[in-house]
Amino acid sequence: MAEEKIGVYICHCGTNIAGTVDVEEVTRWAAEQPNVAIAREYKYMCSDPGQDLIKQDIKENGITRAVVAACSPTMHEPTFRKAAGDGGLNPYLLQMANIREHCSWVTIDHDAATEKAKRILGAQIHRLPLNVPLQPIEVPVNPNVMVVGGGIAGIEAALKLAATGKKVYLVERDPSIGGHMAMFDKTFPTLDCAACILTPKMSAAGKEPNIEMLAYSEVTQVDGYVGNFKVKVKKKARFIDTDKCTGCALCTEACVVRKVPSEFDMGLSKRAAAYIPFPQAVPLRATIDPTRCLTLTGKKCKQPCVAACGPEAIDFEQKDEELELEVGAIIMATGFQLWDPTPETRYSYGKLDNVISSLEFERISNASGPTGGHIVCKNGEAPKSVAILHCVGSRDDNHQEFCSRVCCMYSLKFAHLIKEHLPETEVYECYIDMRTYGKGYEEFYKRLMNESVHFIRGRAAEVSAVALSPEEQGELVVKVEDTLLGITRRLPVDMVILSSGLAPRADAKATSQIFGFGCSSNGFFLERHPKLEPVSTVTDGIFIAGCCQYPKDIPDTVAQAGAAAAGALALVDNATVKVEPTISYIDPEKCSGCHICVGLCPHAAIQYNAEKDAAEVIEAACKGCGVCVAACGSGVPQQRGYLDEQIFAEIEGALVV
Amino acid sequence: MTAASEKESRVSDQFEPRLIGFLCRWCSYNGADLAGTSRMKYPPNLVPIKTNCSGRVDPTHIMKALAEGADGVLIAGCHPGDCHYINGNYRTAGRFPLMHKLLEQLGLEPGRVRLEWVSAAEGDKFARVVTEFTEEIRALGPLGWRTQTDVDPAKPGTAASDRVEEAVPA
Repeated sequence: MAEEKIGVYICHCGTNIAGTVDVEEVTRWAAEQPNVAIAREYKYMCSDPGQDLIKQDIKENGITRAVVAACSPTMHEPTFRKAAGDGGLNPYLLQMANIREHCSWVTIDHDAATEKAKRILGAQIHRLPLNVPLQPIEVPVNPNVMVVGGGIAGIEAALKLAATGKKVYLVERDPSIGGHMAMFDKTFPTLDCAACILTPKMSAAGKEPNIEMLAYSEVTQVDGYVGNFKVKVKKKARFIDTDKCTGCALCTEACVVRKVPSEFDMGLSKRAAAYIPFPQAVPLRATIDPTRCLTLTGKKCKQPCVAACGPEAIDFEQKDEELELEVGAIIMATGFQLWDPTPETRYSYGKLDNVISSLEFERISNASGPTGGHIVCKNGEAPKSVAILHCVGSRDDNHQEFCSRVCCMYSLKFAHLIKEHLPETEVYECYIDMRTYGKGYEEFYKRLMNESVHFIRGRAAEVSAVALSPEEQGELVVKVEDTLLGITRRLPVDMVILSSGLAPRADAKATSQIFGFGCSSNGFFLERHPKLEPVSTVTDGIFIAGCCQYPKDIPDTVAQAGAAAAGALALVDNATVKVEPTISYIDPEKCSGCHICVGLCPHAAIQYNAEKDAAEVIEAACKGCGVCVAACGSGVPQQRGYLDEQIFAEIEGALVV
Repeated sequence: MTAASEKESRVSDQFEPRLIGFLCRWCSYNGADLAGTSRMKYPPNLVPIKTNCSGRVDPTHIMKALAEGADGVLIAGCHPGDCHYINGNYRTAGRFPLMHKLLEQLGLEPGRVRLEWVSAAEGDKFARVVTEFTEEIRALGPLGWRTQTDVDPAKPGTAASDRVEEAVPA
């Protein structure tokens, strides 16, 4: 190999690296390594003067390779590769040595950290002479975007993108968009009616010509890569011709199956098998539930729905449809599910009447809900006393460790609504800490303190029907330690609301696997960077917004949806995008045509060319995993940027010290 | 006392294994980054080498590391089902028992090569795996393959391609 002149740049990162690693010693050592022409240290390599050091050395001192020993390449590799490019060096002739995340931050002993830094750096110094110039591959970008999930996050993102003129596919699993927000009564702290602020957006999304709404549909498969995703969507059969259906709901009235628990009302009311989930549904079209409809379950039915339907929209022969859509970017907005309080057996949810979840209370207090907005117990009477138990399933090592962020505020909202409807009713809030962090939230808490609500600082111990005194007779009894008074209290109440936390969707993991990104340890979708890329995922071109990423309130969800839309737009508004050139290639002269790699390639990117009797890489399909390289008995396929000889050199370099 | 001599005196107390860790770029490398960002502490013995996928790790990489003086090799990739390349990690998992068999045939302890699934969210797991692995290899003692076998490891740039040319008759 030709003589190379390597420039080595070791970053102090303030004290982040230099506080643990002896940077001067590593620099001295690096200067003595083979091919190293220049070894420098600098306080912050990522600063402009730091980057200028590399550019100057390329221009003035003729270095032909460079390595920056600093933070993770995930952080700043693009920064330094761009600097190298600006200096006139092929960007792929610059490597990073991660001596911060993988060394200084994880090592206690300073000498040991210094030695480890040399090994990490040595690996890259050894590899560099074998690096070859590469060019990013430029691929065209499909301008369309898919938004998965039609809650407030998905609706907002879709509307923003549609406003820029982009075509948006809005995929929603349920028959209507709207998500959880459509189920709420009021929103904290302003007490806006949720429907009043959401339904205009739902209807705008329904009417927007740039949005193709795919309700009652699910994504089944995602192929392709940034700018060029191929998505299979299953459009579930509604057994209704949506072009003919007018949403008149006459089929619903005619349907003889009337006792299906309504999902929208949390099972507190019944719907028919032919149904429209709620009056403001978008699209306003009926759906026939195939699990409950007599005809569709093979039972006898006179089909009064067919007779009732004027436009003859009912079609029992309808089948699921599979659509194949091509998009350049995808926004995930699949939301959350309420943490099911059943496993918290001490609160007797599902066992005692009038112990209800927060979402059930949302429906009860909602004017369009099962009780017409009257806050009543199961027997139809207004409760004289209500206890609201915070942190159910949240901040609990037995269940979910994290704070769900919205429960304190919605619990305060519940207290206000109860006091508004029933001024004489006593309301107890049993909380661990009151977390009222948002705009106007603390003020709302103060307002509630003046509304005669009892605040008891303590996590409730149990809810039972065991009466120890006459006033507890026939009541629900909440046992709670009031930690401010230092006493245990027993609260006889008529209704207990469990302020359940927000949980990741049960199928969040499976969903993330379909799309090819990961989940955090708490089960929510994993963002690319917790601070600086909270709406991106590790997969380029796929963004996340709303509660699928982590519990958050509506303002944060809307803000994140806008950010995700901007991220997607910044991608699909370009004609092309550059992708990493680290893909495989096969020398047909060396290939024996054994086919082993053909079957192993996860992306079907290798095909057999009979004429040459050799395997061939389809460049556009190869994603650069390198499985073929490792699998070939003859070492014929090679991966650009990860050649065997480069990896061997890294191994050697890592072991020289 | 200089830093170097101080180190020597410490090293003489107990054996410090030299470990190589192949980390897939999408999950385990980011998991290792997270351990750093979270300032979790673990022994400094393992030097990470990044590959796009754990499925890229060739048995020759492992043999090369052991031949060059590593006492143990870790391969870490995405959990089953999480692979960025659909199923590259299944290839790793399929190959791994063969690797262990090969080590046994060579008279090496199979425990010197370890496969782990570490997600990008599992910084704590990465730190734990490296800590455990370091202790396990410390207990096994030095491999000393190079001195034992008098192997002259292949030089970079020759291993894979030369092997092919040797195998193919002219």
